[in-house]
Amino acid sequence: MTAAVVPFLESMREAAAQARLPGSGLAWLDAARDEAMRAFTEDGLPDQRNELWKYTSLRALARHGFAARDDEAATRGVDIDRLLLPGVDGPCAVFVNGAFRADLSSFEELPQGVRVRSLADALRDDAEPLRFLLAGRAGDDDDGFMLLNRALAADGLLVDVAGGVRAGVPLHVVHAGVAARAATAWHLRSLIELGEGARLDIVEHHVDDAGTGHLANLVCDVNVHERARLDWTIVQRAGEDATLLRRCQVRLHDEAALDLHELELGGKLARHELRVDLAGERSRFDQRGAFALHGRRHVDMEVLVTHRGRDSVSDAIWRGVAGGRARGVVHGRILVQSGADGADGSFYNKNLLLSPDAEIDTRPALEIYADEVKANHGATVGQIDEGMLFYLRSRGVPLDLARHMLVRAFCAVALDGIQPAALREHCEALLAEQLPELAE
Amino acid sequence: MLKIENLHARIGGKEILKGLSLQVKAGEVHAIMGPNGAGKSTLGNVLAGRPGYEVTEGTVTFDGANLLGMEPEARAAAGVFLAFQYPVEIPGVNNTYFLRAALNAQRKARGEAELDSVEFLKLVRAKVKDMGMTPELLNRAVNEGFSGGEKKRNEVFQMALLEPRLAILDETDSGLDIDALKQVAAGVNALRSPDRGFLVITHYQRLLDYIVPDFVHVLADGTIVESGDARLARELEAHGYAWVRERRPAEADA
Ligand SMILES: Nc1ncnc2c1ncn2[C@@H]1O[C@H](COP(=O)(O)OP(=O)(O)O)[C@@H](O)[C@H]1O
Ligand SMILES: [Mg+2]
Repeated sequence: MTAAVVPFLESMREAAAQARLPGSGLAWLDAARDEAMRAFTEDGLPDQRNELWKYTSLRALARHGFAARDDEAATRGVDIDRLLLPGVDGPCAVFVNGAFRADLSSFEELPQGVRVRSLADALRDDAEPLRFLLAGRAGDDDDGFMLLNRALAADGLLVDVAGGVRAGVPLHVVHAGVAARAATAWHLRSLIELGEGARLDIVEHHVDDAGTGHLANLVCDVNVHERARLDWTIVQRAGEDATLLRRCQVRLHDEAALDLHELELGGKLARHELRVDLAGERSRFDQRGAFALHGRRHVDMEVLVTHRGRDSVSDAIWRGVAGGRARGVVHGRILVQSGADGADGSFYNKNLLLSPDAEIDTRPALEIYADEVKANHGATVGQIDEGMLFYLRSRGVPLDLARHMLVRAFCAVALDGIQPAALREHCEALLAEQLPELAE
Repeated sequence: MLKIENLHARIGGKEILKGLSLQVKAGEVHAIMGPNGAGKSTLGNVLAGRPGYEVTEGTVTFDGANLLGMEPEARAAAGVFLAFQYPVEIPGVNNTYFLRAALNAQRKARGEAELDSVEFLKLVRAKVKDMGMTPELLNRAVNEGFSGGEKKRNEVFQMALLEPRLAILDETDSGLDIDALKQVAAGVNALRSPDRGFLVITHYQRLLDYIVPDFVHVLADGTIVESGDARLARELEAHGYAWVRERRPAEADA
C-alpha cells in the first residue's frame, strides 16, 4: 500500500483504537484482535491480483471512511413488519445496523435443544468457549475483510442445535440497515452448529432503507455434523448504496447436507464468498441461486466447493440477470481432493444481459485429484431469445410483459424449490418488481 | 381485409420477396404453395411482424390500416395470427399462464373485458377438448418437450382460442400423420366463417383435400407466379413445381 492516507483504512484504524468491543480486557481476545488489525494494516484491502477479487474493484470503497458504530443502533425505532419475510413468522433474530436487538427478536417457539444467542451476550457471559472461534489460527486465505472482522467484530449470531433435535420452525435472521448519523461499518461474526442428526431451517433477510451507505462485513462459520441437515434461504435486498460483504465457511461431516437457496437483488456492492468443505463421506451440498441487477449494482458470487469425503455430492445452479450498467461476477470452483473418490460435483451458471452496458463475468473451474470422480460445469452469457420473444408477442403479449415472462422463466429453476410456498411467491414477486428497472 | 401490393422484403441483406401482390377477403381461404426456399415463411413472418425483416417496397393493409407500421402484439390484437412452421419451446413459461396473458392482452387492446381465471379455464378446457389435445399439455411449459405433431396441434389450438380474423398457417401439415392432419383440418374448418380469412401455406397438396381452398397461388422466387382455384393444387401435385417454372416464360410471351 502507498503511504497516502486512504480514508477507508484510516477509519478502520480509528475504529480499532476506540476499542470498546465486547470482551475487551480478555488478554487472549485483545491479542487476537490486535494481531488481526496489525495484519490488516500491512495487507490492506484485497486487490484484483487476488484471484477471488479479480473482477471486483475496491478502489471506490477505499475512498470512503465509515463511522465505527451507530451509537443508537440498540434503540432505533424500526418498522419490524417491513423487515420480516412472509411465510416465516416464528422465531426471529434481528440485527439493526450491526447490533443484535433482543427487543425485536424472539426465540420462544424454538424447541428445547436449540440455543440462539448474540455474540455480544455470549462474550459477556462466558467468553472462554468462543476462544477457538475468535482467536483460532488465522487462515492463509484470510483477506482484508476477514482480518477486519477478526479485529472488529462486535456482535453476531450463535446458533446451536443439539444432536437429534429438529427445530421444527424456521429461524428468521434479519440484517437491517437504517439511516444513522453517518455511513457506518459493522463487522459480525456468527456460528451455526448442528449436532448429529439435527435439522434446522434458516431464512436470512438482508434489507436496508434507501440512502444509508453502510458497510456490513459478515463472517459466518457453519458446522453440520453427521447426518444433520441445514436448509437455508437467503434473500438479499441491501440498499442501493450499501456495501455488503459476506464470507461463509461451511463444513459438512459424514452424510450431512446443506440445501441453500439464494436470491440476490440489492446492494451497490454485494459479495458472497461461500466456502463449502464436503469433509464427510456422502455429504451433500445443493445450491440454487439467482441474481437480478439494475442501475450500477455490482454483485460477486464466489462459490468455492471442496470435496474431501468419498461419494460427496455438490450440485449448484446459478442464474444471473443484469440490466442498466450493472455488473455480475460468478466464480464457481470445484476442487476434488485426493481421497474423495466417487465424488460428484457440478456447477452451472447461465446469464442474461438485458442492456448493452451490463456485464457478467462467469468462470467455472474444476480441479480434480481423486479417482472415479464425476464433475461437470458450464457457463453461458446471452441475451433474451428473439425467437421466444417474437412468439409471445405474435400471440398478443406486449413487449414488456413478454420480456418479464422470459426473465422470470429464466430464473425459475433457482426459485422453484423455495419453501414454504408463501416465501417462494414473495421471492417471485420481488424478482418481478425488479423487472421494469432491469429493462432500462 | 388483407391487401398486399408489390411487396419487397429482405433478410440478412438478401432480397426474398420480390414484388408480391395478393388480396384476401373475409370468408376466403387462400392456399399458398411453392418449392422450398420460395419465400413462403418469409411472407408469413413479414405479415406477423417478425423483427429482422426489412420491407424495401410495397404496402400491406389490414382492414385499411397500414399493417407494416404495427408492433407484432398490435397485429395480434387486430386479429392477425401466424401458426408457426417451427414453434419455439419456451421453458419455464407455463402454457395456461401464457395463453391467458395473451388473450387478455388482446381483449384489453380491443377495449373488451378481461377474463378472470375461472372464465378462462372454462374456455380453455372446452377448446382443448375440441382439438383432441391432452389437457395435461396445459400445465406444461409452452411447447416444451412437445412432439412435432403436438406442437402443430398446439398452434391450431391457440388459433381456436384466440379467434383471429386472419389466420396464417405455415406448413401446419408437415410432419403430421393422417389422423393428426385430419384433426388439424377439422380445427381449421370449424373456424371457417364469413368474417374470417385464411392464408394456408403448404408444400404439399395433401392438406388441401381436407381444407378446400377458394384460391390457390403458387409462390416461386419471391413472387406469385400462378393463381387459380383448387384444381391448380391438383395439377401441381401431378406435374411438380418445375411445371410452373416452365410455364412462366410462355405466359410472359403471351
Ligand atoms: N434469417 C435469414 N437470413 C438469411 N436468409 C434467410 C433467412 N431466413 C430465410 N432465409 C432465406 O430466405 C429464403 C426463403 O426462405 P423461406 O421464406 O423460409 O422459404 P420457404 O418457407 O418458402 O421454404 C431461403 O433462401 C432462405 O435461405
Ligand atoms: Mg417455410
